[in-house]
Amino acid sequence: MLDVTANSTAPGAGAGAAASDEPLLVAANLGKSYGRLAACRDVSFELYSGEVLAIVGESGSGKSTLLQILSGQLTPNTGSVSYRMRDGVTRDLATMDEAERRFLFRTDWGFVHQDPAMGLRMAVSAGANVGERLMAVGHNHYGKIRDTATSWLERVEISPERIDDAPRTYSGGMRQRLQIARNLVTEPRLVFMDEPTGGLDVSVQARLLDMMRTLVSELGLSAIVVTHDLAVARLLSHRVMVMQGGRVIETGLTDQVLDDPREPYTQLLVSSILPA
Amino acid sequence: MIPMIDIRNAEKTFVMHLQDGIRLPVVRNVSFHVAPGECVVLSGPSGAGKSSILKMIFGNYRCDGGTIGVRHNGDVVDIATAEPREILGVRRDTIGYVSQFLRAVPRVAAIDVVAEPLLAAGVTREEARARAGALLKRLNIPERLWKLPPSTFSGGEQQRVNIARGFISDLPILLLDEPTASLDAANRAVVVELVAEKKRAGVAMVAIVHDDEVRHLIADRLVDVASFAAAAA
Ligand SMILES: Nc1ncnc2c1ncn2[C@@H]1O[C@H](COP(=O)(O)OP(=O)(O)OP(=O)(O)O)[C@@H](O)[C@H]1O
Ligand SMILES: Nc1ncnc2c1ncn2[C@@H]1O[C@H](COP(=O)(O)OP(=O)(O)OP(=O)(O)O)[C@@H](O)[C@H]1O
Ligand SMILES: [Mg+2]
Ligand SMILES: [Mg+2]
Repeated sequence: MLDVTANSTAPGAGAGAAASDEPLLVAANLGKSYGRLAACRDVSFELYSGEVLAIVGESGSGKSTLLQILSGQLTPNTGSVSYRMRDGVTRDLATMDEAERRFLFRTDWGFVHQDPAMGLRMAVSAGANVGERLMAVGHNHYGKIRDTATSWLERVEISPERIDDAPRTYSGGMRQRLQIARNLVTEPRLVFMDEPTGGLDVSVQARLLDMMRTLVSELGLSAIVVTHDLAVARLLSHRVMVMQGGRVIETGLTDQVLDDPREPYTQLLVSSILPA
Repeated sequence: MIPMIDIRNAEKTFVMHLQDGIRLPVVRNVSFHVAPGECVVLSGPSGAGKSSILKMIFGNYRCDGGTIGVRHNGDVVDIATAEPREILGVRRDTIGYVSQFLRAVPRVAAIDVVAEPLLAAGVTREEARARAGALLKRLNIPERLWKLPPSTFSGGEQQRVNIARGFISDLPILLLDEPTASLDAANRAVVVELVAEKKRAGVAMVAIVHDDEVRHLIADRLVDVASFAAAAA
């Protein structure tokens, strides 16, 4: 008996993490145009430590564009993104040089792509895929790197016996779990995900979602998850932003937006899915 | 005594954009308060808006007017205007909610479903599991089911898992939507006992119960939701 009434299922907000009163990330007036097409415009929000924000909306509404801007991979035409670094200082991404941004991307952030082939090196072993991120942050003890990689494989439910196999020999669900392990091994504070359950079949999705939910709450992660699947938003996120035509048209607590949607487009979106 | 919940002139109207934007006024001028240790039962016919009021207090439904004052960590938060972040904080530290049905999370064992609010409050996993087990036992859920995800449980078993999840934490406010609807007499009696214990602990409760006997046993005061009918006004 699965019901559509309230009962928050998302992980407890900032459970372990001592929630700081300063936001972790601030987006102010972000806009990006391709020629005459405004792929995203007037996007402003704050993300706090331990919060999971879902971005939902139809195809072409600007979700991936926004995620790329937020993660410093795409420069906006207007507005700014600020991030509170580990030392507590909030920096505007635009004022960082390329090396600083890349370091942030490899250490304090994770980025999970819909297509694992974009986030993994398909021809090198699973162990190396995970170990590589550790080496990027200065680890150089081979035995320790391998131990850490092994424990992360176990954590994402991949048998350590597969550590020397390359991900091209893995199933889609395993690849996606490996991509997650590769991203989380450096203990990032913020993870961006673009349709993380996208190409997977339903039973594989359920397992992945459950795993992500556990990891997010155990590690006290903050995350921004782009998804067109409202069930994913319901299970993983605390807050939702609904996008249409490049704009944020509705935003709020996840269960509030999904159970009591206000905008016509959000009502359509909610009514066109099966109950989570 | 300072109330834990103080609702003044709250109102709710649904606008159904997919049905030509028809407006469905549900309640208006909802005003009542709940003191610590008190259980207020909302009465009224089906569709009167009882569940909607509970959901507004929990921040699950938006409130279109008025205020919903809730005492939270020594301050008063107006749920009607609070930021999502504040509402999450209120749910973690102040308000528990037992919905009519369990929203099952795939693959999570019943005992962990019940223990989760304690983990969120910072209790260790062992202690949280031990307390979850004790409560499940009290609610007559056989131990062999504890490790299974509740999605395959019977309606009454799911409801008892849901009740355990709601009653496990030591939150000062508890909202109960038909907690005994699908339970047998023995388990209804357990719920009545649990409510009495919460009262002794000073918890403020708002409940919806159709069962006259249960209502008689737990209600300190009735609030008639029909008197808040918006359509008639
Ligand atoms: N590099 C580009 N050059 C030109 N137009 C682009 C470019 N990238 C995106 N767009 C356009 O910007 C709009 C937003 O694209 P975006 O990829 O952000 O959408 P989305 O919401 O992620 O959609 P989907 O759910 O299909 O992934 C689309 O109309 C797209 O065609
Ligand atoms: N999310 C929603 N969207 C639109 N209408 C809703 C929504 N939730 C409730 N309603 C409507 O609001 C009215 C009040 O519903 P509510 O569930 O609060 O009644 P209730 O008093 O709890 O009834 P019952 O005793 O049958 O549970 C009903 O007409 C219902 O259809
Ligand atoms: Mg996209
Ligand atoms: Mg009801």
